[in-house]
Amino acid sequence: MSLLEIKDLHAKVGEREILRGIDLTINPGEVHAIMGPNGSGKSTLAQVLAGRELYVVTSGEVIYEGQDLLAMSPEDRARAGIFLAFQYPVEIPGVSNMYFLKAALNTVRKSRGIEELDAFDFLSLVKEKMKLMEMDQTLLNRPVNTGFSGGEKKRNEIFQMAVLEPRLAILDETDSGLDIDALRTVAGGVNALRDPERSMIVVTHYQRLLNYIVPDFVHVLSEGRIVKSGGKELALELEESGYSGFEDEEEAVGKV
Amino acid sequence: MSSSSNTIETFANQEYKWGFVTDIAADTIPRGLSEDVVRLISAKKNEPEWLLEWRLKAFRHWQTMTEPTWANVHYPKIDYQDIIYYSSPKAKKDGPKSLDDVDPELLKTYEKLGIPLQERAILAGVAVDAVFDSVSVATTFKAKLKDMGIIFGSFSEAVQEHPELVRKYLGSVVPTSDNFFAALNSAVFSDGSFCYVPKGVRCPMELSTYFRINAKDTGQFERTLIVADEGAYVSYLEGCTAPMRDTNQLHAAVVELVALDNAQIKYSTVQNWYPGDKEGKGGIYNFVTKRGACRGVNSKISWTQVETGSAITWKYPSCLLIGDNSVGEFYSVALTNNYQQADTGTKMIHIGKNTTSTIVSKGISAGHGQNTYRGGVKILKSATGARNYSQCDSMLLGDQCGAHTFPYLEVKNTSSQVEHEASTSKIGEDQIFYCRQRGISTEDAVSMIVHGFCKEVFKELPMEFAVEAQKLLGVSLEGSVG
Repeated sequence: MSLLEIKDLHAKVGEREILRGIDLTINPGEVHAIMGPNGSGKSTLAQVLAGRELYVVTSGEVIYEGQDLLAMSPEDRARAGIFLAFQYPVEIPGVSNMYFLKAALNTVRKSRGIEELDAFDFLSLVKEKMKLMEMDQTLLNRPVNTGFSGGEKKRNEIFQMAVLEPRLAILDETDSGLDIDALRTVAGGVNALRDPERSMIVVTHYQRLLNYIVPDFVHVLSEGRIVKSGGKELALELEESGYSGFEDEEEAVGKV
Repeated sequence: MSSSSNTIETFANQEYKWGFVTDIAADTIPRGLSEDVVRLISAKKNEPEWLLEWRLKAFRHWQTMTEPTWANVHYPKIDYQDIIYYSSPKAKKDGPKSLDDVDPELLKTYEKLGIPLQERAILAGVAVDAVFDSVSVATTFKAKLKDMGIIFGSFSEAVQEHPELVRKYLGSVVPTSDNFFAALNSAVFSDGSFCYVPKGVRCPMELSTYFRINAKDTGQFERTLIVADEGAYVSYLEGCTAPMRDTNQLHAAVVELVALDNAQIKYSTVQNWYPGDKEGKGGIYNFVTKRGACRGVNSKISWTQVETGSAITWKYPSCLLIGDNSVGEFYSVALTNNYQQADTGTKMIHIGKNTTSTIVSKGISAGHGQNTYRGGVKILKSATGARNYSQCDSMLLGDQCGAHTFPYLEVKNTSSQVEHEASTSKIGEDQIFYCRQRGISTEDAVSMIVHGFCKEVFKELPMEFAVEAQKLLGVSLEGSVG
């Protein structure tokens, strides 16, 4: 059975329709890259899957592990194993990273009927995961994302993902704002989390990230629709030709 | 459309849990204020002549004063002749001698409020003086404290039993003419708490007063006086609630603290007077004067307040730092939701050498709430080497509310050091979503973010109170994000 099935998904923000009929099926263990020009709806798709209420789904359906995903609240989706690595991680002053993550992990565990971790077990889990992300331990005691550099924020997202161990990870432009070293570290962390039971949606504008996180499938999104799908070589093709060709193709499709 | 706005609705509709009315026979005097009323109150309390004179002096002065209008709060003019200035639960003869004599209805009320009035509450380690409308009803642990020389009980009782102490300190920190509401209080105050901790004694338990306004159209004017003699220490807690009524009720209290050489007083308040309904109807006008005098060397007074109730709060717990090396502290969380208004802060007056003060104020505004921090730091010429640190942070939930900061600084010598920091932040929909995406519910997210914001103040509260305050904040707040 597929993990996620998106059927003819339409969504708008305000009066503007951004997703205009997305179809996508993701099986366990697969990594799908979603590429496309700015404004094509990549981030909207990521946010809609996570349940952001700013976006209103007007038609279509999304089935996750056999359930109607769109009927679930954002927190229930998270508890069911959907994780969004934010393009712009949010700062929460006064709340330590450690406290936040422990609250998150224990809510998720509780909802799955697993025993909550105490402070000691949590700390040893966290230490292990920090090594993976080559993260400075002092970040644990600092307020969530507050005063973090761009690279630290992105690293912190993947670190949270490592702790929460989702079934479906959605990485929204995780590469933006990273220099090449940070990109390598972040990608290394993501690759370490690849697992036959874990699927990923990697949203990116650039092919660069996909040199490090090699996808099984690449989809090109343009004006709210997937206009082309292929293997990892499609990303290279895009690197060569840019997105202009697809915008044309999209228009051509519209004319038929 | 969303589950989060549903959650918000649920919380917004949460009722004020303390809004019940106790059906009890009360001894209430007619509405209005005159010299006769002042005399009547004094007579009812069987007061000595000097105290009546003191009241009358205050009353005459009050008549010459006008209500202050400088605070950033707005309310219809108060008709001072339409208030009942004295109401007390009808007592058997001379009032309760022990808990057994207290009206069982009253005890039930306190039980509902969760106050450990029974002596068995010794486990809780809190001694409670409970003020119901105007009269102090019962004081627990009195005997135990007495063994240590600590006097703790109702103000009226202290007037009868320790007139010399009361006379010495009453009005010595907040004079009768201090301000409009303090003068009014001095004229008509009905009861309150009195505490004296003798030389070198460290009070082993938290002392606590619980205030409740029950009767309709009644003003509550309590008076609290705490004296810590040389080397003494006392931690004092104060809690307040009132029934829900659609008319406004006036609460004008005065609290005076005196700390002598090397003494320390820690005064904590969790104020949860009825705030009015969601449209801003009803609620308590909380116009309170609180001031402490660090008279002795190395003395210390700390005010910690969590203000979540009242329709209007007008309150500036202050410190007069007279003794050399004395320390004043003010830690405050003030929350305004719906149509609540708060104008609160502190005044630190540095007079002695090397005096230090710390101000940490956290204002949270939600709904249509208006929250003003008003703080004054005054360093006199004599206060060489004085230091002050002030931090005022405001948090906004939603876009209908307001936060305002008015810090006043007056430094008259060059050896002093004054620091001021201020910030304003907003709980955003993006923060809430971020938490929810990690599995944390909206209500937990709001409470986590707000507690993070208030952490520095909560850590100053005694343990049991801190838990209580966090819960209260949660109830008062949730439903305000959207």
